[in-house]
Amino acid sequence: MNLLTIDPSAIDWARAQFALTAIYHWLFVPLTLGVGLIMSIMETKYYRTGDAFWRRAAQFWQRLFGINFAMGVATGIILEFEFGTNWSNYSWFVGDIFGAPLAIEGIVAFFMESTFVAVMYFGWEKVSRGFHLASTWLTWLGATISAWWILVANAWMQCPVGCTFNPDTMRNEMTSFFDVALSPFAIGKFCHTVTSSWIVGAAFCVAVCCWYLLKKRETKLALESLRIGAAVGLFAAVLAAATGHKSAQDVASQQPMKLAAMEALYDGGTGQGLKVIEGIEVPYALSFMATNDFNGYVPGINDLLKGYTREDGTVEPSAQEKMMRGRQAIESLAAYRQAKAAGADQATLAPLLASLQENMPYFGYGYIKDEAELVPPIAVNFWAFRVMVGVGCLLILFFAVVLSATCQWPKKWWQKCDITALPSWLYWLAVALVPLTYVASESGWLVAELGRQPWTIQDMLPVGASISNIGSSAVATTFWLFLILFTILLTVEINIMIKQIKKGPQL
Amino acid sequence: MYENSYIFAADMNKKDSFWHRAFHLYYDGFRQMTLGRTLWLIIAIKLFIIFFVLKLFFFPDFIGQNAESGKEADFVATELQQRAPSP
Repeated sequence: MNLLTIDPSAIDWARAQFALTAIYHWLFVPLTLGVGLIMSIMETKYYRTGDAFWRRAAQFWQRLFGINFAMGVATGIILEFEFGTNWSNYSWFVGDIFGAPLAIEGIVAFFMESTFVAVMYFGWEKVSRGFHLASTWLTWLGATISAWWILVANAWMQCPVGCTFNPDTMRNEMTSFFDVALSPFAIGKFCHTVTSSWIVGAAFCVAVCCWYLLKKRETKLALESLRIGAAVGLFAAVLAAATGHKSAQDVASQQPMKLAAMEALYDGGTGQGLKVIEGIEVPYALSFMATNDFNGYVPGINDLLKGYTREDGTVEPSAQEKMMRGRQAIESLAAYRQAKAAGADQATLAPLLASLQENMPYFGYGYIKDEAELVPPIAVNFWAFRVMVGVGCLLILFFAVVLSATCQWPKKWWQKCDITALPSWLYWLAVALVPLTYVASESGWLVAELGRQPWTIQDMLPVGASISNIGSSAVATTFWLFLILFTILLTVEINIMIKQIKKGPQL
Repeated sequence: MYENSYIFAADMNKKDSFWHRAFHLYYDGFRQMTLGRTLWLIIAIKLFIIFFVLKLFFFPDFIGQNAESGKEADFVATELQQRAPSP
């Protein structure tokens, strides 16, 4: 096989495989972060009251946490394997930057989690209540810090900062660790992703409690946990909406094509409305979401392809111009490396290097054959965004109602209502919201990752240049292997989880 | 998962060294596991499949296998150069 001939279907299989493994990994992570928070709150109540009920309640939720943690652990490592095999050009090109947060995640966060999770499970009678409580919170914190570093890596893919390209090593090298670790894009993404995970944990907690109320068992645990779950869920859902607004502004600023695809906005303008569905829109809402100004300018897909003048007078080049400059960068890189290998002097190399550096911001565009490739899949982005936001709004209402009911506030609304004796369909509705919450959570990732297509690194490297020159059959084989393995893992987890929920907290 | 842990706690001398207590935390904890044994078995099987089947047979280091040692940059440069569309 000619090493330089890419099997086109290998690109699709590699993307599908990465998407499959990421989607499965993301089934476990939000539950860890969300239930981790809830179990920590429960144990804090035990610490403060000394009431054995709260100890048993905390131990029950820690058991469910442990099941999910055990199932989910190491499922993310497979993604790193895929980088080295399927995405080797990407790995080499950006590994110095991308690898650092992943390494820190593994060394710091995972060790923190695994150290304190042992104290959490084994230390109930061996360490003081205060140290045990701290270990529970630190287990959750370790998982959250893990999420931070992974999201720093992902945020860097969406908005590459703090780096410079070295044409001798063919690698992007980190110039500022803190620019990467604390980029505004990373902070926004972290806050939105983690709060959305708390929603998943809260929805799961509420669902388990409603199932107990339906079965008329563990009533005290159900009511107390319901109150905490609903409070966490409402707090998280409101925060997720606020952080989502910030994320939308980051996307508008750094990935305007993603925003245009999310909105199926072909021709932009000022005072843009936010589409609910085609034909129904909230006036001025898109402009406000993107720019914090109801009359702010939001470019559409056609504006981004043709080029436009921003409100501040600066010009966004057209796609064709970017593609031309990208090709110039690729040619300058090739000429520079060839000249250097031939022993050329600085006087020869300097202008080539200058041309490369001048056009480097458009390097990735040099691989684009047709400007239509720059448009992400519109339908998937459009509907995934609406599913995420729609379910998010529904959950704000849901958690507010549940919290109001469990707190019996306002009293006049609930005085004739016995929350332990509602129609069964209401309890089943709460259970049904768990898969819907997961769908919303995964939809958010679809928007984030499909919306950045065709880029693996925004503007720097498209998918076609990132992939290894491998046959599609190998990738397809491992795709099906993963599908089978992860489905088995998920089935086992659901089985064990249901058994333990049915067993109950042994109060 | 938590049964009988207090029995072992009673045996521990508070003057035992930190390392002694840490050892017993894990030793007693693992010995008393019930659900935990099932979960650890699943973790062990999963890790074996991930590292000794998937990594070994399906996920080689592509550049390590295809580029000469020390010439990885040249390999990637050639790959990226040739991926660019013809003018």
